[in-house]
This record gives sequence, structure tokens and C-alpha cells, in this order.
Amino acid sequence: MRHPLSRTLRRVPLNTAALAVLAVSVFPVYWMAITAFKPTADIQADTPSFLPLHPTLDHFRTAVHAAGFGTFWRNSLMVTLGAVLMSLLVALLAAFAVGRMRWRGRRAFILMVFIAQMAPWEALLIPMYVIARDTDMLDSLSMLTLVYFMTTLPFTIVTLRGFLAAIPVELEESAQVDGCSRAGAFRRITLPLLAPGLLSTSLFGFITAWNEFAFANTLIIKNQDARTLPVWLSSFANVFGTDWGATMAASSLFMLPVLLVFLVLQNKVTSGMTAGAVKG
Amino acid sequence: MLTAPPAATRPTAKAPPPPARRPARRGVVAAARPYLLIAPTLAGTAFLLLYPLARNILMSFQHYRMAELIHGGAKFIGFANYGAILSDPEFWTVVRRTLWWTALDTGLILLLGTLIALMLDKLGRWMRLAVMSGLVLTWATPVIAATTIFQWLFQSRFGVVNWSLDQLGFHSFRNYAWFAHGGSTFAILVALVVWQSVPFAALTLYGGLTTVPAELYEAARLDGAGAWQTFRLVTFPVLRPLFALVTSLEVIWCFKCFAQIWVISQGGPDNATTTLPVYAFQIAQALHKYDLGSAVSTLTVLILTGALVFNLRRMFRQEGEEL
Repeated sequence: MRHPLSRTLRRVPLNTAALAVLAVSVFPVYWMAITAFKPTADIQADTPSFLPLHPTLDHFRTAVHAAGFGTFWRNSLMVTLGAVLMSLLVALLAAFAVGRMRWRGRRAFILMVFIAQMAPWEALLIPMYVIARDTDMLDSLSMLTLVYFMTTLPFTIVTLRGFLAAIPVELEESAQVDGCSRAGAFRRITLPLLAPGLLSTSLFGFITAWNEFAFANTLIIKNQDARTLPVWLSSFANVFGTDWGATMAASSLFMLPVLLVFLVLQNKVTSGMTAGAVKG
Repeated sequence: MLTAPPAATRPTAKAPPPPARRPARRGVVAAARPYLLIAPTLAGTAFLLLYPLARNILMSFQHYRMAELIHGGAKFIGFANYGAILSDPEFWTVVRRTLWWTALDTGLILLLGTLIALMLDKLGRWMRLAVMSGLVLTWATPVIAATTIFQWLFQSRFGVVNWSLDQLGFHSFRNYAWFAHGGSTFAILVALVVWQSVPFAALTLYGGLTTVPAELYEAARLDGAGAWQTFRLVTFPVLRPLFALVTSLEVIWCFKCFAQIWVISQGGPDNATTTLPVYAFQIAQALHKYDLGSAVSTLTVLILTGALVFNLRRMFRQEGEEL
């Protein structure tokens, strides 16, 4: 006889493993957040406290008042949003061509996108640096925006193509029968249905660009005012010495926007990624 | 309902031949349309991917140092850069380390990712939601934030890891300086990359698992297959393309991983964590030997392509069937 209790008991090892995975995934982030709220005396205690016993906002003040914080925040936001919007627009056109039209070279184009998705970007640091220098784009945020646009573009095309494939073409066709132009049918019928796909794809672009470090660190050399948050954060330890509270506060502030968007959209993101992965 | 188009549009033998001009021109416009739509993508790829790649290869055959960067006029020197790189024992040490680093990371990520995906599949609803949220949290942690967090976790004096190990009875870890030793720095970098990459693998594979038809498991259970056999004979074959995809992506990501290593150790201590991308960057940026750095980058791309060629071929064949 199956007994509810024995079923619970059989699940003990499974749930223990689940809790272990949960702890390992959450603890480092928890430790960051809690350190950010601890007064320095508690951070430098011989016995660490696992709860914020004397919460303080001092470290956040230090981080926010650090030189250039607002500028770097704005730089990161501009570069990221610029790159995401560009790649979304360009990818939408390409995904439409691939998903809704038949043409010579379509297969070659898709393969090119796949290969571009695997491009070893970090291997291009040196030529990018030289090209940026030659074209007077060194130290400029537009160069970074362009690079991020290109690094996110192939993925965006592949994923949007997956989402587009899930929307029946008949819906567009019947709108065309009802008198819509082809573009009009796409805009009125398919685009709204594609909204979750656009949202989750742009989130990936957002995270990639928001996080990017190697190019930001290479292409922005002299003009310190054009730095982005990841570069600033990586040098934070140098700026603040061993002020771990301020470093962790800065890390928390850096990760906050990504985290918020991610948590709000997590279901769409996972399903979207699977759609992209399985189909593409 | 959908099958019968209006009779008027159906071409019949009696219909007059369509006027020649307009449809022809419309045909040209319509035929050009897809190419116009992909033009921005092609332009972006040409200028921001192919051109830098070509430039990289070109530079690897030139004498391109600080002087050439400033004044231009680089001279071609044939394979001299490649000769210098390939005859340097340091390069081969770095290659071996990079392969070892990639294999270790990818192996751990796939193993843990698969186990967690299988676990998620078996968990109750709430527990699954909790674990998935935790994984998403890890996944959403920006690389640089995660890197500073790990530096803090393993900090010698006040790091919580040393404290825990000390509490557990490993007293030699009191004030242990993780980042002063090559081996331990390497280990922390592996832990960091695995910690960050497992969520993608686990969530993708779990997404795939939910698409495996339940009848297959039912049949396997009736045939008396155990857990391992079910995985080997049912789950894995069905999800083989997904496993191949995740493996390729993880191999690429780990192989070219740069930011974490650069921020934590800059390839040190004693070059113990210098992988190929870091090596290329060190040579180019710190030593201003852009030509040698380009040669290393080109070799990196070649090695990576070589490692992935089987996977790529399989993927292309599969794509070809789908199209």
C-alpha cells in the first residue's frame, strides 16, 4: 500500500539534495547582500554573523558617492539600451525574412547566423582595439554600443525565429485576405503575439551588454568618464582598498536592475530559451 | 474551411494571360525584399565580425608593434609571428592548461546540470519553484558582481569559506591565502565558472526533459529499466541534440572565458591561470606585441573550431534537414 508518509520519507534524499542546490546557488548572493548592510566592525569580526544584526546603509552611501558613479551608471544604461534596441530591430527584420519568406541563400544565411553566434568575441579584442584606434572610435561609447549590438544580434535572430515559428502564418494570411498589406498584417497580428518573445530576447541582450567587461576594459582607455559599470566595479577594490562593505554594496547596486527584470520575467525567459534552444 | 480558396483567384485554363509588365516588376521588388530585410544583419556581420577577424589574421602576418600602431606602415613578415609563438614552450603550456580548464569546467557543468535537471523533474511543485528561483538568481548575477563576491567569499582574513573550514576542523585554512597560490586560484576560478554556468545547463536540460513523452518512460518502466538505464536508453537519446547544443555552448564559453580570470588573477599567480584569451591579451596589451597577440588569437579560433567541428557538422546536417 502506498502511504503518504512513506512517500514523504522516500522524498527525503531528493529534497535534501534540492535544498543543498538551493543553498549553494543562493548563498553567495545572500552573502554579498548581507555584507553590504553590515557595519564594518561586523564585517571584520572573527566570527561572521549570518544575519544583519546591526543593519546600516553606510556602504551604499560610500558606493553612490564614489567619484563618477552616476556617470558610469548612465554610460552603462545608454550603451546597453542602444545595443538592445538596435539588435532587436535588425533581428526582427532578419527573423521575418527567414521565418516568413522563401529565397535563395536562406539556408546559407541561417548557417552564417549560427556561426556568428559562436564567434569567439574575446579573440577579437586586439583587432577591435586597432580598428577603433584607426577610426578615432577609441574611448567612445558608440563603438561599445556597436560591438554589443553585434555580439547580441545572432542570438536575437535565432531566438526570434523560434518564437516566430510558433505563430501560425495563417493568422497573417487571413488578415491579408481581409485587406491588410503584408507588412500591416505582420504589424497588427504577429507583432503583438511576438511581444513576449521580444521581451525575453531583449532581456538576454540587456544582460550580455550590461555585464560586458572585456571590450569595455579594452576600448575605453584614456577617457575615464566613458567607463561602464563593470569596469568601474572591477577596479572598485583598488579604489576602496579593502572596504568590502562598499564593494559589496556596489555589486548589489550593479546587479539590482538585472535581477529585478529577470525575476519578473523568469517564466517567459525559461520557456523562451527552451524554444530557442530546441528549435534553433 | 481553409482548404478552398475563392474560385476567382484559382487559375483556370480560360483565364487570360496576366499582363506582362506590372507583375514582373512587382516580382523583382518582392524578390528583393528578403535581401533588403537581411541587409542590416549582413552589414553588421561584415563590419563588426568579418572585418575584425580578417584584420586579426592580417596583423598576425605583419610586424605590428607600438610604432606601427601609432605611425602605421606595418610590414608583412610571413609566418614569423607563428614561428615565434609555436616555438615558445610557454604557448604550449598555456594550450594544455586551456584544454584542461575547458574540459574540467564543461564536464562539471554538464554533470551537475544534468543531475539538477533530473532532480527538478522529480521534485514537488513548490520545491521545484524554489530551486529554479535560486538557479535564476545565480544566472542573473552579473559576471563581475559574481567575481567580486567570490573574491570576498575566499578572502583570507575575513572570508566566510576560511572561517567555515576552520570551524569544520580544517585549521590549516585559518587565514589561508587562496589567491597567493596557483592551484587554489585555479580551483576558485573553476568553482566560479561552474557556479555561474550550471543554471543555464540545468534549466535548458530541464526544459528539454519536460518535452520527453511520458509513454517512453512508461514503456521503460514496464520493461523494468532502472534509473540509469532509463536515462541512457530513453532520456539521453531523445535529448541528444539538446545535450550537443549545451555542450558546444559551454565549451565555447569556458574556452574563451576572460573577464573572471582577468579580474581575479590577471592570469597569475606565476601564470597558473593564464588561458589562451588571457595570454593573447597579456602579449598584446601589456607587451604591445599586437602581432604576436593576433597570432595567438588566430590560433585560438583555429583550436576552438577544431574542437567543435564534429558538433558543428552534426548541427548543420540537422539544420539542413529542417529547412
